[in-house]
Amino acid sequence: MSLAPASDRTGRPSVPADARRRARRRAQWRRRLTVLAFMSPWLVGFTAFFAYPLVSTVYLSFTHYDLLSPSRWIGLANYRYLFSQDKQIWPAVYNTLWLVAILVPLKVMFAFGVALMLTRARRGIGFFRTVFYLPALAPPVAATLGFVYLLNPATGPVNGALGLIGIEGPLWFNDPGWSKPALTLLLLWGVGNTMIIFLAALIDVPKHLYESAELDGAGAWRRLRWVTLPSISPVILFSVVIGTIEALQLFTQAFVASTIAAGSASSAGDPANDLGYPEDSTLFYPVLLFQQGFRFFNMGYAAAMAVLLFVVSFAITLVIVRNSRRWVHYAGGGT
Amino acid sequence: MSTHTSALPVAPAPPAARAVPRAVRRRRFLVGVAEQSLLIAAAIVFIAPIVFIALTSLMTTDQALSPRVWPEPFRWSNYADVFDQAPMLRYTLNTMIYSTLATLGMLVSSIPVAYALARLRWRGRDFVFVLVLVAMMLPPQVTIVPLYVLWAKLDLVGTLWPLIIPNWFGDAFSIFLLRQFFMTIPESYLDAARVDGCSELRILLSVVLRLAKPAIAAVALFMFLLTFSDFFGPYLYAGDEESSWTLSVGLAQFRTLHQVQWNITMAATLMVMAPVIVLFFLSQKAFVEGVTLTGVKE
Repeated sequence: MSLAPASDRTGRPSVPADARRRARRRAQWRRRLTVLAFMSPWLVGFTAFFAYPLVSTVYLSFTHYDLLSPSRWIGLANYRYLFSQDKQIWPAVYNTLWLVAILVPLKVMFAFGVALMLTRARRGIGFFRTVFYLPALAPPVAATLGFVYLLNPATGPVNGALGLIGIEGPLWFNDPGWSKPALTLLLLWGVGNTMIIFLAALIDVPKHLYESAELDGAGAWRRLRWVTLPSISPVILFSVVIGTIEALQLFTQAFVASTIAAGSASSAGDPANDLGYPEDSTLFYPVLLFQQGFRFFNMGYAAAMAVLLFVVSFAITLVIVRNSRRWVHYAGGGT
Repeated sequence: MSTHTSALPVAPAPPAARAVPRAVRRRRFLVGVAEQSLLIAAAIVFIAPIVFIALTSLMTTDQALSPRVWPEPFRWSNYADVFDQAPMLRYTLNTMIYSTLATLGMLVSSIPVAYALARLRWRGRDFVFVLVLVAMMLPPQVTIVPLYVLWAKLDLVGTLWPLIIPNWFGDAFSIFLLRQFFMTIPESYLDAARVDGCSELRILLSVVLRLAKPAIAAVALFMFLLTFSDFFGPYLYAGDEESSWTLSVGLAQFRTLHQVQWNITMAATLMVMAPVIVLFFLSQKAFVEGVTLTGVKE
């Protein structure tokens, strides 16, 4: 429909050329309208539920706002409090960084290890793949409840089993030193998604690379180091970055584990004080943000925390998007 | 490996030189056994939590607090007790409303957007795609305060609408995934339809939708699961309004609110996990293809 010849550049106001130009313009408008119509849900959604709240967060971060009375401009007071006075912010930042530094590498290595084992399985690869993938689907609240029970210090089967071999199990979710490792176990159980992505990448490594490495006398370890790892390096980068983003937003597991563990420690628990239990050891950044914004209704302060979270996540997102050409465009290999 | 017995004129390599030495063969066998055992051990560790949850859900209250592992007797009535302890049907209904409406809305709104990003040519397309990626990757907590204020002003806090409505305006992750798949559809299919005079809408509805069925199934499954499992959203908006609670919210409050024992709690836990597990087995292929689609492929 847009096959009008490009030869009417003479500028002569002949009627057919004019009509053709009009037809072309109409076709162009139609195409623009099509794009606009197709994109319209996103345009509305992005503006109303992303761009506007983002700008509004920045504005609210300079105000005192509790949802009931109108917001009051207080300049940088929220940020000053955030960086110098809030006693809970450093535990929250520390806990979240702990996840990034310890959970993320563990998760990537674990996913890689399981995927590697799967590629070498003699038989039943489908069965094993299901077994390792399925826990990732368990709703986080249900999985967390299950683990709080399994790791229950007194009656849980894990400490029961440890007791059988003469080890006195830790208090897990009730011990500030063990609550994060307990959460790590829970999150490693849900490693399935990352594992599947690694599995797909490992299967895609060209066989001839292994064969030529083997001919050159490379053993299993050196084939892994010099063939496998370089071939799947984009996947490793991808999963580290995605893992980091997930670690920055960890909320549900920490929330449920702390409230349930605190609830079983003292039955008359005040839910506002349960967050972070025990001793702020599971008080992650999003948990604190939630507490400030929606338990104490310090919405201006929560907005300031959100701005800081935005800056950090945006920096990480930028890294991914910058590198995205390496995966986004290769994916599918189309156009 | 073994000797060629075919009559083809193969290079006459002496069989002795091709056979793997016995020591190497034995080592390979042992390494294989070690790998297989490690795999089986890891699989047992992965299954164990579900098994223990299931076993505990069938114990008596006293037994759940004892170190014994096997239920004696099997107390199936725990599952009925869950319904007495909490309005599970109400929670299930709310969850289904949320998941179904969000998934439907996501499909209707995200498919055309993904198509425009993948197969239509227009200025600013790449920039918009970057915005989609940014929206997909930023933590939801970044925009949560003004969004909550917005829904509070619209008087919708206490319902699940603040979670459903945004999905009717495109979901970034689904758009991204669908776009990745739409990119793989051969241009010739679309051109053939264009030559026949089809509008882009007709092409999308009659050509692309048919070819992209697996991707659409995967995206719908992911959205359904995500909303089914979602805790933060429903808890934030419906936390104070028990008639709007979903299964995840109800389950999180279950133990503290109803002061029930571990056996009943584990029965409830398993009941919330079960639909997901069933859904997985019904649609395993779509799942694995979908997860692979999210990842990097080179």
